[in-house]
Amino acid sequence: MRLEPVADPGLVRLIGLPALALAGMVGVASVLAMLAGANPFAVLGLIVQGAAGSKFAALETLNRATPLIFTGLAVAVAFRAKLWNIGAEAQLYAGALMTVLIGTQLGLPGTLALPLMAGAAILTGGLVLLGPVLLKVRLGVDEVVTTLLFNFIMLLFVSMLLEGPLKDPMGMGWPKSEALPRDARLPRIVDGLRLHWGFGLALISAVLVWVIQVRTTLGYEIRAVGQNPQAARFAGIPVGRVMVKTALLSGGLAAMAGFSEVAGLKGSLTLDLSPGFGYTGIVVAMLALLHPLGVVVSAIFVAGVFVGANSMSRAAEVPTYIADISVATALLFMVLAILLTRFRVVRG
Amino acid sequence: MEIFEILLSASFWAAVLRIASPLILATMGELICERAGVLNLGIEGIMVFGAFAGWMAVYAGLGLWPGVLVAFAAGAMFGLVHATLTVPFGLSQHVVGLGITLLATSSAYYAYRLALPQVTSPPRITPFQPLNIPVLSDIPFLGPALFSQTALTYLAFASVAVVALVLFRTPLGLALRAAGENPSAVEAQGLSVTALRMGAVMVGSGLMAVGGAFLTMSAFDSFFFEMVNGRGWICIALVVFGAWMPGKALLGALLFAAFDALQIRMQQTPMGAHVPYQVFLMVPYVLSILALVLMSRRAEVPAALMVPYNRGER
Repeated sequence: MRLEPVADPGLVRLIGLPALALAGMVGVASVLAMLAGANPFAVLGLIVQGAAGSKFAALETLNRATPLIFTGLAVAVAFRAKLWNIGAEAQLYAGALMTVLIGTQLGLPGTLALPLMAGAAILTGGLVLLGPVLLKVRLGVDEVVTTLLFNFIMLLFVSMLLEGPLKDPMGMGWPKSEALPRDARLPRIVDGLRLHWGFGLALISAVLVWVIQVRTTLGYEIRAVGQNPQAARFAGIPVGRVMVKTALLSGGLAAMAGFSEVAGLKGSLTLDLSPGFGYTGIVVAMLALLHPLGVVVSAIFVAGVFVGANSMSRAAEVPTYIADISVATALLFMVLAILLTRFRVVRG
Repeated sequence: MEIFEILLSASFWAAVLRIASPLILATMGELICERAGVLNLGIEGIMVFGAFAGWMAVYAGLGLWPGVLVAFAAGAMFGLVHATLTVPFGLSQHVVGLGITLLATSSAYYAYRLALPQVTSPPRITPFQPLNIPVLSDIPFLGPALFSQTALTYLAFASVAVVALVLFRTPLGLALRAAGENPSAVEAQGLSVTALRMGAVMVGSGLMAVGGAFLTMSAFDSFFFEMVNGRGWICIALVVFGAWMPGKALLGALLFAAFDALQIRMQQTPMGAHVPYQVFLMVPYVLSILALVLMSRRAEVPAALMVPYNRGER
């Protein structure tokens, strides 16, 4: 077989194929449900209901989508520049760590503490990614492996602090940080509704990233470097410096996920703060075709799958990992579908 | 000095070989893929699935060797998915690889939960037992250190020899390496780059899965979540450290395992008691990054690594 470019892909191709990819994901989920001995229609219904069937469920989905928007944006920004940041998990924890450090150790009033927490988180997240990026730019060390390995190092570092200097003396022996004071937490968007301002910040960030990408020189340079670094260098774009700026932006966004989870939702830092939000961010970004506004939509979709599956598995005897498998297959189907909107398969 | 006491004990060197075994198998798997031009980031998940599949097969009543075969076949299946997407379709090897890792990991966990819905402690199997090699295992010090390992450890070392032989001493190996260096030259010889690369990814993924299975069938006797714990990523670093040569990669794996075995033992010394255990656990990951930095200038990357090949296109 061979791939041949499609000169003029029709609307059917452009919309039909991605739709088919999502249908494929639903198909896989149905088979998995049947393997578990459950009725696939009932399982799918329960998932949808659990994700969006009530006000409570929908808000839960948006809450879950918040860190995914941040990590999705982090990945989207980086991948645009062909900077393979697989370390959003580490940057998230770096952000969470700074949030807790400033929020619990300095004793500042909330109006001062919150912006400082966010700023320090963004900076630290950026610096965590800067290391691997400098190694890539200066020494040509592949950043995929270094950012991946950093995830493990960071988690151990956090674990060390949570069992040492940051341990909550009132935590009954659990490795958990002290809780942030009430006024150093992100307020709810609407009183009485369980949705915190982290979600608002995530939406604002998505718009900001979009503006950076389409309206600024940096956005142009990032795209140029991603498409062809040699050509970009030839055109006078400082490739190394663009990479560094991309790293600071991407790492900062991922760290915001940590900030918003601690200051908006959990109130303290534990080792299970993130069930792999950094990795799921890759799926979110790819499903959104790396478009910052698309990230919001795909993050809500992916969050819905997870929240829905969680609630479904309490009702039906189907393990929650059905969500993880579905999301992974959605990723693989979608990248294939997107390719096939531009190329057709020919024999020979 | 405690360090010398540790280094002079046979049990330390036995542990080095034991820790190195899964790394060697998976590193050889990754090396085959990369030599043919495909970066396989599915390695971490494929190791998880291999660990589950091999163990589950034995738990379900198969023998140990059939269990290893099941793991290999399961790995090759994920390899087939990876290869189909990255070779003929030429999709991003980064994205597909990570997708395969997510898919394989969650599939293993899903299947585990389905098969054993109500277990509190994971059930055990009877794993591979140490195999004392006659005569050799009676040599003082060397015997217990090197020659009373389980069969899978010997298999790991044999895999290095086989991979080296095939890659550098057979026409198939030449074709594979050429597919990773200069695919159009392979096509000019009338060979199919697609077939070579897909085959390499499938066999390589099979080996990765056997590496994972070592954990549940030889090192331990049951399956835990997160037991692979980044070993796959470390293997990718080992391939770079070994400059894509099987022998050097083996050396890297042994060196790495020696540091790992040392840190485990250092934790129990009086000095180790003053240092948080997390510092010791960081050592392997930090070492892997250091290895990458050290080799960054010298390594000769296969020229067509991560470059999709589309016939008829230049």
